[in-house]
Amino acid sequence: MATPKPRVKVPKSAKAGETVVIKTLISHQMESGQRKDKDGKVIPREIIHKFACEFNGKPVFSCDMEPAISANPYFEFNAKVNESGKFKFTWEDDNGSVYTDEAAIEVS
Amino acid sequence: MNKNLVLLAAVAAVAVGVAQFAYADPVSDKLVIDGKEMITRAPAPEGHPFKEVLSGWLFREPETRALEADSFANPGMLYVERGEEIWNTVDGAKGKSCASCHNDASETMKDVGAHYPKWDAETKRPINIELQIDKCRTEQMGAEAYKFDAADQKALTTYIKYQSFGTPVKLDLAKGDMQSWWDRGKKEYYTRTGQLNLACASCHEASMGRHIRADHLSQGQANGFPTYRLKQADMVSLHNRMRGCIRDTRAEMPKAFSDELMALEVYVTWRGTGLSVETPAVRQ
Repeated sequence: MATPKPRVKVPKSAKAGETVVIKTLISHQMESGQRKDKDGKVIPREIIHKFACEFNGKPVFSCDMEPAISANPYFEFNAKVNESGKFKFTWEDDNGSVYTDEAAIEVS
Repeated sequence: MNKNLVLLAAVAAVAVGVAQFAYADPVSDKLVIDGKEMITRAPAPEGHPFKEVLSGWLFREPETRALEADSFANPGMLYVERGEEIWNTVDGAKGKSCASCHNDASETMKDVGAHYPKWDAETKRPINIELQIDKCRTEQMGAEAYKFDAADQKALTTYIKYQSFGTPVKLDLAKGDMQSWWDRGKKEYYTRTGQLNLACASCHEASMGRHIRADHLSQGQANGFPTYRLKQADMVSLHNRMRGCIRDTRAEMPKAFSDELMALEVYVTWRGTGLSVETPAVRQ
């Protein structure tokens, strides 16, 4: 597929202290480095090796990814929000690219 | 024969029966996506071997069913988004995109995909969405036809079919020679082929609901195609899947969009009459 495109789903609003569900999905082929092409040559590994989420600059969730993870990695996790602000998401690709996305939440 | 022996024979018969016919009912769950209820069970059209046609969704594991039911988590939706980009991107010598002629796909393509394949009077054969796209590209846009299963072909087909999301499948067999293509497709469906000597009907009709090794055999419906298959971690087109099935019978595979497969597409799509278009469905 073309350039990996992230999708995130964060509720638009929440009550202070509420735990919200955050979902993220990114299109990526997650080439494992184990496969060979038609000529028998190894297709070089190219995966997203790190995903991180922060809220107003503070880390919420992060993880390293390994080659066994399927294409189009999907993450779902919870976060407790006490104030309005912005979630920032980053995906780091083996090829050096960093894909980012943001989502704001209104806390009352 | 004494009583015990009769009982023993009966038990043995039951045991053999269970071993030979491991049958698992399709689930009775309802598929609701973004508040829209999909038709996963529909009364079969006249002349259909089943009383009820069932979506392949009913045969899948709970996790797979949940993935399709959540339009955010469904990886197929990534391809719908990619398809929308292609729809709006100029390609070819005439400087046109799909949108140049067809504007907003959510209006102009609404429910269109549910009625394909259609009769194409010009080529005098049925035309499916992939071929319709190629026709537009070569005749209107001055672009090249897509190679079979090119990433863009799958994404654009998915996007167009998605505009019929939830709409029941219905073909118009009265147009042109559609009926004779349907007849041909039906004949192919029941023709045993390959070293394993299997017809489509061997698995998807006679053994529907049973297991072929780990696979829970569905009715083999086309309403969810192109479909996101977890095995490939990618979108899979209908012709790719039909070729895959034929390969698995250890027969020679007909080419994509060949007369054989177009006839089969007409017939197999008809067998799912009344089911909601689920594109992009999620399957094993």
